[in-house]
Amino acid sequence: MSAPTLPSENPAVSVANPPGYALEFDNVSIAFDDKVVLDRISFRLSHGETKAIFGVAGSGKSTLLKLAIGLMPPDSGHIYVLGQEITGMTQAQLFEMRRRVGIVFQESALFDSLRVYENVAYRLMEEHISPEEVERRVREVLRFVELERTYDMFPSELSGGMRRRVAIARAIITEPEVLLYDSPTGGLDPVTSNTIIELIVKQRDVYKTSALLVTHRLQDAFTMATHQFNQKTNQMVALPKGQLCEVPMSFLMLRDSKVIFDGDAHQLATSRDDYIREYIS
Amino acid sequence: MALELELISPFELARDFVLAVQEYTLLSGQALANFFRRPLYMGDMLQQADLIGVGSLPIVVLTGLSVGALLALNSASTLQRFGGVTLIGQLVSLGMVTELGPLITGLMVAGRNASGMASELGSMIVTEQIDAMRALGTDPTKKLVTPRVGATAFMLFFLTIIADLLGLIGGYGVAHLLFGLDTQQYWTSVWQILVFRDVFTGLIKPVLFGFLIATVGCYYGMSTRGGTQGVGRSTTQAVVASSVLILVVDFFVTKLIFAIFGYR
Repeated sequence: MSAPTLPSENPAVSVANPPGYALEFDNVSIAFDDKVVLDRISFRLSHGETKAIFGVAGSGKSTLLKLAIGLMPPDSGHIYVLGQEITGMTQAQLFEMRRRVGIVFQESALFDSLRVYENVAYRLMEEHISPEEVERRVREVLRFVELERTYDMFPSELSGGMRRRVAIARAIITEPEVLLYDSPTGGLDPVTSNTIIELIVKQRDVYKTSALLVTHRLQDAFTMATHQFNQKTNQMVALPKGQLCEVPMSFLMLRDSKVIFDGDAHQLATSRDDYIREYIS
Repeated sequence: MALELELISPFELARDFVLAVQEYTLLSGQALANFFRRPLYMGDMLQQADLIGVGSLPIVVLTGLSVGALLALNSASTLQRFGGVTLIGQLVSLGMVTELGPLITGLMVAGRNASGMASELGSMIVTEQIDAMRALGTDPTKKLVTPRVGATAFMLFFLTIIADLLGLIGGYGVAHLLFGLDTQQYWTSVWQILVFRDVFTGLIKPVLFGFLIATVGCYYGMSTRGGTQGVGRSTTQAVVASSVLILVVDFFVTKLIFAIFGYR
């Protein structure tokens, strides 16, 4: 399988990682009414790493992403994004921080009254970048997700998988340092899911973007842990058996509002916890 | 599906009401403050002005004409008994300019636009488009609420002037065609009865009503919960709340203006 190329592949973004963590949760708790959704959650996401988050429906996975981008404040604890504590930031500071973070929502959340190019270009247009530059970058990023032909279409004219890819295009157009994916393959057929996973792997391996990936589909996360993007062939290829832990991929599992696992693919596969064994079987 | 009735304690209701008032006040304050902060979304404001102003023109024209004609018709039958048909112009003029023009225009625009705003923003909430907007670094109150508030207040002012004029024309039609009132006599009495205070009252109200319609519509839209059913609920509540608020505010504004300028 091959992924389309992004013409302006910028090697500058794949240089050495800055010190510290891309994202850090420190004893974060949040409750809605009387229901505790996340209870003293702590984890760290290194620069360039992708962390897959598992958990049953309603375990707080999407809430965790919304906390990470400051869409809701935690009841207690601290969240650090790219070294800055976001808990306690003003709205203006949060809007500034979000320029460095991209998010792909569960149901894509495209603006349905705007065309595909307006959706993708939204951030650039808000920054008053010249129309020629906006068009060039939108076409480039739409080519990356193989949807250049949808440039003038409305989101309602696209299939679920296409909408998801447009949402990815919208999130990556400004080359964010951290990407948050909320069930990017949820409800999609296996072929489309694979295309999206390949885009995420490419983003991880070529641009070294740090990412949190919420998913129900274990096989997607395992594909990411066992594959690497080959820039020469422009394809996602399986890693040899002995190198499975060489990709920057880790896993986090939530259960009953708490983190019950945080580690790499090998640790997950060899876990003795009955719940985890049942989940991954 | 089983129908479940849940009893809510009065304390909880009062708490929810106070919370709603607080959130509405904050949103309204933010919407106003945004007029003095950059970026000001002028393009969105013009688009909303077109949707609200030009879009509402047909219903405002029709209701203005009808109310003016009805006012003349109803008052004429009483005035005729005392030989005062010549006073129709004064009655229609005062009624339309100070009270009915702003009120019916406000209520019509509330029905049309408060519901539209609540359903549009409500749909954006339930499909996470508002969250997406915030995640993309845009303040939804700046991009969505402030342009609607500005456009509604601005356009309602002009829509009211149109409704007033159409009301006077409607009144003239009835007075002239049905009661044989002379054209010049009608328009002279229409003009002569009005003083600064009447025009001021009639033009300050639509600006306040426009602010109310847009802030209430946006508030209910932005506080939508519970999927498509929630969008429907917000839409209904927005129309009811904005209409009731218009009537309440109308009373107090009229009273305040009487207190400032004195009774006629």
